[in-house]
Amino acid sequence: MTEALKELGGYIEAKRPDCVIGWDVTFDELNVDVAPSNIAGLVEFLKNDPTCKFNSLVDITAVDYPARGKRFDVVYHFLSMYQNHRIRLRVSIREEDMVPSIVDVHPSANWFEREVFDMFGILFTGHPDLRRILTDYGFRGYPLRKDFPTTGYTEVRYDEEQKRVVYEPVSLVQEYRQFDFMSPWEGAEYVLPGDEKQEASK
Amino acid sequence: MMDGSKFDDGSVDALSGEQKIRNFNINFGPQHPAAHGVLRLVLELDGEIVERCDPHIGLLHRGTEKLMESRTYLQNLPYFDRLDYVAPMNQEHAWCLAIEKLTGVEVPRRASLIRVLYSEIGRILNHLLNITTQAMDVGALTPPLWGFEEREKLMVFYERACGARLHAAYFRPGGVHQDLPEDLLDDIDQWAVEFPRVIADIDGLLTENRIFKQRNADIGVVSEEDIQNWGFSGVMVRGSGLAWDLRRAQPYECYDEFDFQIPVGKNGDCYDRYLVRMEEMRQSLSIIRQAIAKLKMPENQGDVLARGKLTPPKRSDMKTSMEALIHHFKLYTEGFHVPEGEVYAAVEAPKGEFGVYLKADGSNKPYRAKLRAPGFLHLQAMDYIATGHQLADVAAIIGTMDVVFGEIDR
Repeated sequence: MTEALKELGGYIEAKRPDCVIGWDVTFDELNVDVAPSNIAGLVEFLKNDPTCKFNSLVDITAVDYPARGKRFDVVYHFLSMYQNHRIRLRVSIREEDMVPSIVDVHPSANWFEREVFDMFGILFTGHPDLRRILTDYGFRGYPLRKDFPTTGYTEVRYDEEQKRVVYEPVSLVQEYRQFDFMSPWEGAEYVLPGDEKQEASK
Repeated sequence: MMDGSKFDDGSVDALSGEQKIRNFNINFGPQHPAAHGVLRLVLELDGEIVERCDPHIGLLHRGTEKLMESRTYLQNLPYFDRLDYVAPMNQEHAWCLAIEKLTGVEVPRRASLIRVLYSEIGRILNHLLNITTQAMDVGALTPPLWGFEEREKLMVFYERACGARLHAAYFRPGGVHQDLPEDLLDDIDQWAVEFPRVIADIDGLLTENRIFKQRNADIGVVSEEDIQNWGFSGVMVRGSGLAWDLRRAQPYECYDEFDFQIPVGKNGDCYDRYLVRMEEMRQSLSIIRQAIAKLKMPENQGDVLARGKLTPPKRSDMKTSMEALIHHFKLYTEGFHVPEGEVYAAVEAPKGEFGVYLKADGSNKPYRAKLRAPGFLHLQAMDYIATGHQLADVAAIIGTMDVVFGEIDR
């Protein structure tokens, strides 16, 4: 399996050297890094090329790395039912960058791109209908970004007096509990309680 | 009219002499018995013909993927039961496979067989619900009553294995939580002997039923090209004649040892998909019986968990070994660490390809987990498939797509 995927990776790189930044095979999966501007062209090539025939879009998602300059990785998964292999494309973009939409090649990308926009705020150029999809009507913010709190900012309840659902800022009756279970002996990134005295006595 | 404008009051265009008519917009759901959950459709109708269909999803969005980022791998497992709550264990399976792929853990043989057994029970659970509720959507009331009785029996098997009827949390990274109780295999086998009679009953009610056929045949026809364009999987593919099944094409667990057929349809309409689901239940039944026979073999006894970092130590070891006790404590507080990397693991869930894209950063929590639900893509094609059909067919199409909002909205 790995050999066949390596062959395929080499083939794609040889055919489309302008699109492929790099590729590797890890865990029996083919990963290809792609330049953002070339994604639509490469996807079309992968769909139509008889050796690749990646004509089924499996998934589009994104991963947020706030510390990186190119903050987001947009990740595409494709499957070929005819050749029976899979591929993963990765596109790294800055926060303000836009990604070309692949809806023209794969109509099924429509909702996936809407979801990525909804969750990460990544814009897709050429998308016919880039609305929010999973979050509430009128929602603000991009929930799957790492800087968005898990509790969110607003909460809803039914107000008996106003006879309607009202939005209010989140008020937690107890703190959102994130316990630290990491072993302090294995490189804690903070000063352990009590250790500050030792520092002071030096 | 709903939008506040005037009625089609029979006013006539002065120049052409034609009566003015315009399309009618209706709101279908979110609380509609045929919507299979909280689906809201905005339908544009020309008479009784659907011109446009805009599904509004997300009414059951719980932010599972966000929650998963702040919980350990083991704590995340129960979230998978709550995705497609009709066949919970199949989802857990994908999560376990993803973790096992990253950590390189080998699942013991007995656990692997138990997983296959329960995945197929899950498939029958799902198809029983889908076939019978679809029959209800097109006007029959008896099939769901008969089908749910069998579902109840299957959920008792779930309960006897893991203690819960629905939210199982039974498949664990490295195996399954506990071995099956003594007589459970015999009881499942006994049920598997009796179940074909129930399939025959449902078959007798529906397959040649005139109303059922009229409502399903030639409705929602899916071609091979549509499958590729809209990313279909599972029965939506097989109903159109493509023998695509991940259990056969990309075997996971020990499915390659089992003898089963992949039923395919001819016309790709709702009726063929119904027939495919019926036959899949019979095939699942055959796999169940094979799995039971294998589980009873003397060489397939033994442990059901790969003992190591991912799994708890034996209870008896904890009584005598301090290390085992520490391991147990650390496993259920800190959780195990998964090495850095990214994988995509998919299973043939009853509804189609259910996949997990897991990005691990070496800590005890997933950096990012994306759940790929088959229903998400199927529902997306709603506009494409329903356009040109009558309003009454919308319910049949929703039924045949097998949408469950737990997994679509996540």
